[in-house]
Amino acid sequence: MLRYFAIRLGRAMITIALVVTFAFIVLRMSGDPAQIIMGPEAPPEVIAAFRKAWGLDDPIWLQYFHYFGAILQGELGRSMRDGRSAIELVTERIPVTLALTLPALAIKIGLGIPAGIYAALHRGSLADRVVMLLSVAGFTIPSFVLGLTLVLIFAVKLGWLPSGGQDSWRHAILPVITLGIGGAAVLARFTRSAMLEVLGQPFIRTASAKGVPWRDVIVGHALPNAAIPTVTIVGFMIGTLIAGAVVVESVFSWPGVGRLLVVAVANRDLAVVQCILLLVAATMVTSNLIVDFLYGFLDPRLRQNAGKAS
Amino acid sequence: MATTTQLSLSGLTVSFDGVTVLHGIDLAIGKGEALGLVGESGSGKSVTWLAALGLLPGKARVSGSARLDGIELVGARPETLDKVRGGRVAMIFQDPTSALNPVLKVGTQIGEALSLHRGLSGGAIKAEAKRLFDLVGIPDAERRLSAYPHEFSGGQNQRVMIAMALAGEPDILVADEPTTALDVTIQAQILDLINAVRREMGMALVLISHDLGVIAETCDRVAVMYAGRIVEEAPAAQLFAAPRHPYAQGLLHSLPPLGGARRKLVSIPGVVPDPRSLPKGCAFAPRCTEMSDACLAATPALRSIEMGRRLACVLEPQSASQRQFEAA
Repeated sequence: MLRYFAIRLGRAMITIALVVTFAFIVLRMSGDPAQIIMGPEAPPEVIAAFRKAWGLDDPIWLQYFHYFGAILQGELGRSMRDGRSAIELVTERIPVTLALTLPALAIKIGLGIPAGIYAALHRGSLADRVVMLLSVAGFTIPSFVLGLTLVLIFAVKLGWLPSGGQDSWRHAILPVITLGIGGAAVLARFTRSAMLEVLGQPFIRTASAKGVPWRDVIVGHALPNAAIPTVTIVGFMIGTLIAGAVVVESVFSWPGVGRLLVVAVANRDLAVVQCILLLVAATMVTSNLIVDFLYGFLDPRLRQNAGKAS
Repeated sequence: MATTTQLSLSGLTVSFDGVTVLHGIDLAIGKGEALGLVGESGSGKSVTWLAALGLLPGKARVSGSARLDGIELVGARPETLDKVRGGRVAMIFQDPTSALNPVLKVGTQIGEALSLHRGLSGGAIKAEAKRLFDLVGIPDAERRLSAYPHEFSGGQNQRVMIAMALAGEPDILVADEPTTALDVTIQAQILDLINAVRREMGMALVLISHDLGVIAETCDRVAVMYAGRIVEEAPAAQLFAAPRHPYAQGLLHSLPPLGGARRKLVSIPGVVPDPRSLPKGCAFAPRCTEMSDACLAATPALRSIEMGRRLACVLEPQSASQRQFEAA
C-alpha cells in the first residue's frame, strides 16, 4: 500500500514539474517581460536596468535553473510588476474565487445528480426529455455567452442584479449561476447514463426477485454502483475550484485568481503565472488522489487490486 | 403426482413493443413438485417466470393470470409482489457472478432477504446466514460472509445465490438455467445441491434449461416450449420414453443415447422463428418433418391427450410418435 502511494506521489511531482517547465517555456518564448511591463516608450537604459535587476540577461538555460532551483526551495519569486511576493498576490485572491466556485459546485452537485437520477428512473418520459434537452443546452453554450446573456436579461433589461464587480453577495449570483449550470448539465448527463447502465445489470433484477422494494433497490443497490463513474466527474470539478472561473471572472469583473492569471499572462509576469499554475496543478493532483481513494472506498474490486499492486 | 396446485398460470401473455413473445401459457405447479421447462433460447422459458413475478422491464405488457394460492400476481400491487418474491417464490439466475451486487458483501445481500422475509436483525441475521452458507456448502462460512462476489468462483457464487434464495424459506424455487454459465464439473455439484435442498425444505422447483440431461435427472414433469407456447407437457419419464410432439422428438433425437447402440445424432433443421414474423399456423411447421396443410391452417391448441399429458399438434398423437420412431 505504501508503495502504491509513493508511486502516485512521485507521478504527482513529475506532473507539477512539467507544468512549471511548460509555463516557463511558453511565457519566455512569447514576449520580453521587460519590454511589456515597462511599455513601448521606455528608454533603452530603463529596459536594460530592468533586465539586469531580474536576471533577464543571463542565458535562458541559466535563468531556467535559477528559477527551478528557487521553486524547489519554496521561493516562488516576486511579481515583476509591483515587486510584491507572488504567493501573497495569489493567496489573497483564492477566497475571492472560492466565493464563486464553491457555491457553483454545490449547484452542480445539488442540481445535476438528482436531475440525472430522476431522468434515468423515468427514462423516455417527458421529464427525461426536458432534463436531457436542458443538459445539452447547458454544456454546449459557452460560459461567456451564458454569462453575457444573463447580464443582458437580469442586469440590463430587468435591472434586478448588478452586472459585475464584487461589492455584495448579490454580485455573486449571476457568476455563480453561470458557473453552476454548465457543470450541472455535465453531471446530469453522466449520472443519468451511469444509472441507466446500472439499472440494466442482472443484480438489480436479483434484488427485485428477492423482494426488495423498488425504492430500496434504487438506494441500496443502484446508487452505490452508479456513484463510481459519477465520482470521477465530481473529482474533476473539485480540481477546477481554483482556476476554473477564468472566463466567468473576466465577464463579471470578479477580482479572483482567474482575473489575476489573465493580467499576469498579459504582462509576462512569470513569477505570478508560475505561482498560479503550481497551485492549479497541485489542486488537480490532489483531487485526483482523492478520487482514487474514493474509488477504493466505493468499489471493493479496485480495493483488492490496489492491495495486490503494493 | 397427486399434489395440490400451488401456482397456476393461465393465458399468460407477454408482448414487448407490440411484439408478442409469449402466447397464453397455461401451466400449473403442485406443492413440492419439480417441473422442468425446456426449449431453445428465445422460446419464452425465462420470460414466463419473470412475467409471473412482475420482474420484466416496464415496457413489457403482461396479461392473463398467475395465481399463487389464490393470490393474483399479474397486475398486483408492489407490496404484494415484494412479499411473494423471495418469500414465496425465489429465483436464481444463469450467470451468478453478475447476478450479485459487486459492491455489497455477500453476507449483506443474504441478510437483506433474511430481514425482509423472516424479520431477523443483527446477530440473528449473522447466525442464520452462516447456517445457510454451511447448508449450501461454502467452507469457512463465518469469514466468507464478509467477502465480495468477485472473491468467489462462479460455482461458489451460485451457491451464494441459492443460499440467498433459501433465506426467505420459499415454497417454490425458480432456477433459470442455473448451471449454464458454470464449468461442467461444477454443474453436477450445483444440481445435486439444488436437489438436496429441495428435498430438505420440501420446496417445489421450476427448472428452466435447454439441457435435457439436466431436466431428466431432476424433474417429475416436463413442459416443452417453442416460440412462446407450450407444445407438449408430460411426466418426465413418459416424455423421455415417448415424446409426441415432433419438436420434442427432435430435441430427444439430438441427444446421444445413454445406453444401447450408438447412432447418428439428428439435428432439427432451420432456426427458431423471429417473434415479429411467426409463420402462419403452427410455429414449428416450417421445421417439421411431418408438416401437412392442416399445420398451416391454424395454431394447434394445447389439449389433453391422456392422463397428465398435453400436446399441441394436429397429428394423431399415437401415429405421430410411432412414425417418427420408425423413421429413426
